Amino acid sequence: MSGATQTIWAFRRENGRIGVRNHVAILPLDDISNAACEAVAAHIQGTIALPHAYGRLQFGADLDLHFRIMIGTGANPNVAACVVIGIEPVWTQRVVDGIAATGKPVCGFSIEGNGDIATVAAASRKAKDFVHWASEKVREECPLTSLWVAAKCGESDTTTGLASCPTVGNMYDKLVPHGLYGCFGETSELTGAEHLAAARAISPEIAQKFMKTWSDYQKDVIEAHKTSDLSDSQPTKGNIAGGLTTIEEKALGNLEKIGKQISFIDVLTPAEPPARGPGLYFMDTSSAAAECCTLQAAAGYVIHVFPTGQGNVIGNPIMPVLKVSGNPRTVRLMSEHIDVDVSGIIRRDMTVDRAGDVLIEAIVKTANGRLTAAEVLGHREFVMTKLYRSA
Amino acid sequence: MENTPHLLVHDRRDNVGVVVVENLVADTSMLCVVTADNSEFRCTLKQAVPIGHKVALQDLNPGEAVIKYGQDIGRVVAAVRKGEHVHVHNLKTKRW
Repeated sequence: MSGATQTIWAFRRENGRIGVRNHVAILPLDDISNAACEAVAAHIQGTIALPHAYGRLQFGADLDLHFRIMIGTGANPNVAACVVIGIEPVWTQRVVDGIAATGKPVCGFSIEGNGDIATVAAASRKAKDFVHWASEKVREECPLTSLWVAAKCGESDTTTGLASCPTVGNMYDKLVPHGLYGCFGETSELTGAEHLAAARAISPEIAQKFMKTWSDYQKDVIEAHKTSDLSDSQPTKGNIAGGLTTIEEKALGNLEKIGKQISFIDVLTPAEPPARGPGLYFMDTSSAAAECCTLQAAAGYVIHVFPTGQGNVIGNPIMPVLKVSGNPRTVRLMSEHIDVDVSGIIRRDMTVDRAGDVLIEAIVKTANGRLTAAEVLGHREFVMTKLYRSA
Repeated sequence: MENTPHLLVHDRRDNVGVVVVENLVADTSMLCVVTADNSEFRCTLKQAVPIGHKVALQDLNPGEAVIKYGQDIGRVVAAVRKGEHVHVHNLKTKRW
């Protein structure tokens, strides 16, 4: 099998997981701690702030999800060390403790009673120590199939289902049987292909779990909140410009990215780390690119492969996002965003099998440290999924 | 190139295909390829259709299902003739 025996040069973390980046993350617990985190990151070179919009007065399942994303992001193997800043110490410590379970260096600071300036000064000293420590880490040779690689497509068009999604599927067919962790999501965007997705579950039990997740999303999110025909949002205007007409058509193209041979072995809640060993997982996510990528990174995925037709420009601050496109017009007009050009598939001068190998080569280079287009262009979309209004 | 297809069709059961070249004009005798088995056929395009957009491979009447990937992708809401553009003006989802 192509690529399955290849090795990469990556960072082996304290808990045994493999990371492909070596970030020192400055993570705000809440929206009002963004300014302090950004000040630390502006001062201390080699750090990255992860500002976001939430973290106050959340409760219930929504609060659980907030902590899962915070802790999961800090725990991601692409993060070498993490500074957490929150408005108050209790929830800040909860995130610190969660990240510390991985064994990596992490330290928390809280602003109340100290003010931004003293907090930034103390956090900056710790961040500086972490950068020195992290920058001494050396990449080690690891199996390619020790990676966790997530997928999600965006600004899809008809070429997505013909070329870029089958390319991702081919890569999964080649690597997942040898130990790679895969992940697909986009619950609402499987509508019209949900019966085909369910048929790809490893067992009737997992198929049932998938169908319950899909129908709950329909009932609790789509039907509960739609004001008219959802066709105004799904497919998107970009999808329609690219020739996709209905959600069924979009879903069938979307599903091409889980390949032809493998089954998914479990259904994950948003940002839930996979726990059934190597294999392909389905995660319940929104189909909005930044939300989905943020959830997959928080679950522990270290590389993302992103098929796009019309040219979605999404990136993620801690997880490299590799763009794959099969649309020759997009590859020409938006070349700076596309990492892997598979437009030869629709000209019939490139097979899907060859495209899968090209994608695997790109994953190896990315894992070894080559920056993706989204990284070089500064795309750092970190978007928390919020389940309902705060208290 | 001589062998470059103008239209790709996922499955032999499909009644639409996807234009895969830019600037395709009316009256083009399109080289159509079914990706599932690499079989080829010809179909004449009745109107200019942009890359990525669908073309009917047979006459389709309101109420009929449009088939792509061998699956139902929605219902015809305005009559379409073979070789014409299929999109939001004549095809509607059955889901929402």
